[in-house]
Amino acid sequence: MSVTSTELASHRFAAGLTAPQLDRLAAIAASVELAADTRLFDEGGQAASLWLIRSGRIALDLHVPGRDRLIVETLGPGDELGLSWLVSPPRWQFGAVVQLAASAFELTAAAVTSLCESDHELGYQVTRRLLDTAIGRLQAARIRILDLYAAPPRATPSSGAPARGGPARGGPALPGGSP
Amino acid sequence: MTVLTGNGGAAGNGGAAGNGGAGVAGQRRRFELPAAGLEDLHRALVSAGYQVIGPRVTGDAITLGELTSASELPFGWGVSLSPGGYRLRKRDDAAAFGHSAGPGSWKQFLHPPREQLWSATRGTDGLAVGPGAVQEPRKLAFLGVRPCDLRAIQVLDRVLRGAAGRDCAYSRRRAAVFIIVVNCTEPGETCFCASMATGPESGPGYDLLMTELTAGPDHSFVIEAGSPGGQEILTRLPVRPADPGVTERADTAVAGAADRMGRSMQTDGLPGMLAASRHAQRWEDVASRCLTCGNCTMACPTCFCTTVEDVTDLSGEHAERWQNWSSCFELDFSYLHGGPVRSSGVSRYRQWLTHKLGTWHDQFGSSGCVGCGRCIVWCPVGIDLTEEVAALWAERNAAGGPTAGSEGPERGERG
Amino acid sequence: MTGFRYPVSYRVSSRQEETHDTVTITLEPAGEPIAAFRPGQFTMLYSFGVGEIPISVSGPPGVPTLTHTIRAVGAVSAALCAAQPGQVIGVRGPFGTSWDHAEAAANRDLLLVAGGIGLAPLRPALLEALAQPGRYRRIIMLAGARSAAELVFAAEYGRWRERGAEVAITVDKADASWPGQVGVVTQLIGRAHLDPARTTALICGPEVMMRITARTLTAAGLPPASIWISLERNMQCGTAECGHCQLGPLLLCRDGPVVNFGLAEPLLTVREL
Repeated sequence: MSVTSTELASHRFAAGLTAPQLDRLAAIAASVELAADTRLFDEGGQAASLWLIRSGRIALDLHVPGRDRLIVETLGPGDELGLSWLVSPPRWQFGAVVQLAASAFELTAAAVTSLCESDHELGYQVTRRLLDTAIGRLQAARIRILDLYAAPPRATPSSGAPARGGPARGGPALPGGSP
Repeated sequence: MTVLTGNGGAAGNGGAAGNGGAGVAGQRRRFELPAAGLEDLHRALVSAGYQVIGPRVTGDAITLGELTSASELPFGWGVSLSPGGYRLRKRDDAAAFGHSAGPGSWKQFLHPPREQLWSATRGTDGLAVGPGAVQEPRKLAFLGVRPCDLRAIQVLDRVLRGAAGRDCAYSRRRAAVFIIVVNCTEPGETCFCASMATGPESGPGYDLLMTELTAGPDHSFVIEAGSPGGQEILTRLPVRPADPGVTERADTAVAGAADRMGRSMQTDGLPGMLAASRHAQRWEDVASRCLTCGNCTMACPTCFCTTVEDVTDLSGEHAERWQNWSSCFELDFSYLHGGPVRSSGVSRYRQWLTHKLGTWHDQFGSSGCVGCGRCIVWCPVGIDLTEEVAALWAERNAAGGPTAGSEGPERGERG
Repeated sequence: MTGFRYPVSYRVSSRQEETHDTVTITLEPAGEPIAAFRPGQFTMLYSFGVGEIPISVSGPPGVPTLTHTIRAVGAVSAALCAAQPGQVIGVRGPFGTSWDHAEAAANRDLLLVAGGIGLAPLRPALLEALAQPGRYRRIIMLAGARSAAELVFAAEYGRWRERGAEVAITVDKADASWPGQVGVVTQLIGRAHLDPARTTALICGPEVMMRITARTLTAAGLPPASIWISLERNMQCGTAECGHCQLGPLLLCRDGPVVNFGLAEPLLTVREL
């Protein structure tokens, strides 16, 4: 289903684009409804689309032999799905499955690439937004590596002695004799 | 927060109000007490129920302890002070208070190094928690408090007296203390009370104030009362109204002391400078010399930090909590979730200095430093607080002004 | 003031295991109670003969019982977590500043962002907000946890939603059995459609999480003055007398734990302050 500029403008991705830029982007976008449990792509597959999620939830997943699927991250309204086509070779790094029925604007990677090649100003705008997203995900991933909510190392306060001796309690060291 | 003004120092000491309390504007009534009258003063204090605490020579230092007689005062003794150095020296005169601060301070009596906070017994109805073995405080008379040390006591008051209505052991001890201040006429080489505006002339808060005169024909003291309790003691002393010539000599001696400070510190704008200097290079420099031994915090008359210790007996039915002096130089002091927040010596020295001279203002409404110089004298490697501050000023000024890079708006009302 | 210097007796009336290492205990006074607490404040809980630690109140205000959610990470917290109904616990407090300092005016949007057990100190504020329907335009609770198994108060999220809160939960690690969101709690902010000028944010969690969350909120347009965080240092006395909980100009047992982000941010970025 085709997309109007007005519809596209409602997405976070479109914020700051000029009307002509919106028109050009809307012309290559399709509005899609994604039913729950639909698998959009698998790890290793040819990466060929960008989805601008409007509602619902998509889970990025990974299969680990002997374990259930691991959910790497979930994406929701305002998020972009599908960045792997930006780099070479364009293959999906993770799989994606619709967790909650979703709606999105789908743009083929070929159309986006071609549009950006022919209109560098729009290409810059699109690339910046995708870079913002990539950096945001990188930072989020780093925060998760920190494992912030893990229990702190168990240690007793008295286990760490002052590096070079602790203060003598009760008064300073006296020169010969004490009070 | 308790605000100390006027005659607050001896509040609650009792004693009938004498004729015209001191501290009333325009009614400064000063008397002269011969040196021999110190024994009368001691006797009057003892008969009023006080244990007299004052300076005396012990070993190779002048320390504070019980005086069983005024004759135990260090007559004729002075001190030579330097960074990391303290030596007794004989004076040319018989001055009883011709010495500057020693290793001890009045803190050790008001805020003891180790103290039981409470004891508890576990019963069927819950915990029975009470003050335990804590005794009612003894009435103490502090004889020979220097003006800087009086200010130190008032700084401790602000920290440890707590909010109104919160009864505590410190408050009870403090209320039972009688303070006799002796103005400073001979500052030491490491003194900078004039910079901190804490001396050499005493501010209010004393029960009795004396200025020692040794240069004239007689060894005597100019003495005045600062509270009804002080007035009461004064009436029992062999005093005579001080001649204008005598009070003038006393005032001149005290005023002159301000010009003979061994050290000075630039205090105008100091908290802001320190807040803007948290990343200064100087911290690395001083930390390379600092042993993090904490001697400065023990010697400091206002360092108040403590750590508690919970103990039980073998039956497990009786528990006690003890409070010990602690120091921000201890690695465990800032322990949080498995490790210390301030693990480097750099950060711990910075904490001590910036707290004492900077953030103390935010927390307790004044500086935590009274310029007594103890931290300089008792530092085993001779780190000089005034020198460090001067270096921080120089670095900050070179970086573009006292508050460049400061942290913005002052915080508002405290919770 | 009762329970200020000496612990007063409370009895464990119920005990609920939240996760493998976290327990919620409810205490009822065994004698004279401590003063009423405000959401965000903490108490010092004393396990007889073991020791005393600061714990934020996690239960609703305005009731005689005190509820605390405790994670067993040391000797005292482990002893408190092991306390069974009927056991006596010593309580001092309440201490410190409360979320009231945020002064979230009526008709604003109240945003609560929790990380891990940081949900506990926010829960009294949430419960109080839910008890005043119409006071806030929106009540938004965003919470992150390590995994589904480590979510605290998990049984209550549905009830919070029924009572009008928008609740979004995300976890760091998940397998396909987890039907919810996966990612960092800050990623929920972009999906919450905040009105920055009308939002008051209360954040509680590990310090790094609070810094990152607060920065994400300021990037979304919230003024720092509208953001409040709950800070922790080595609180021992609760009465601003022992010196351990200093953070620059703040004595956190008195000037905190709830502190405005505008004040806290420059302090939190100084190493080893």
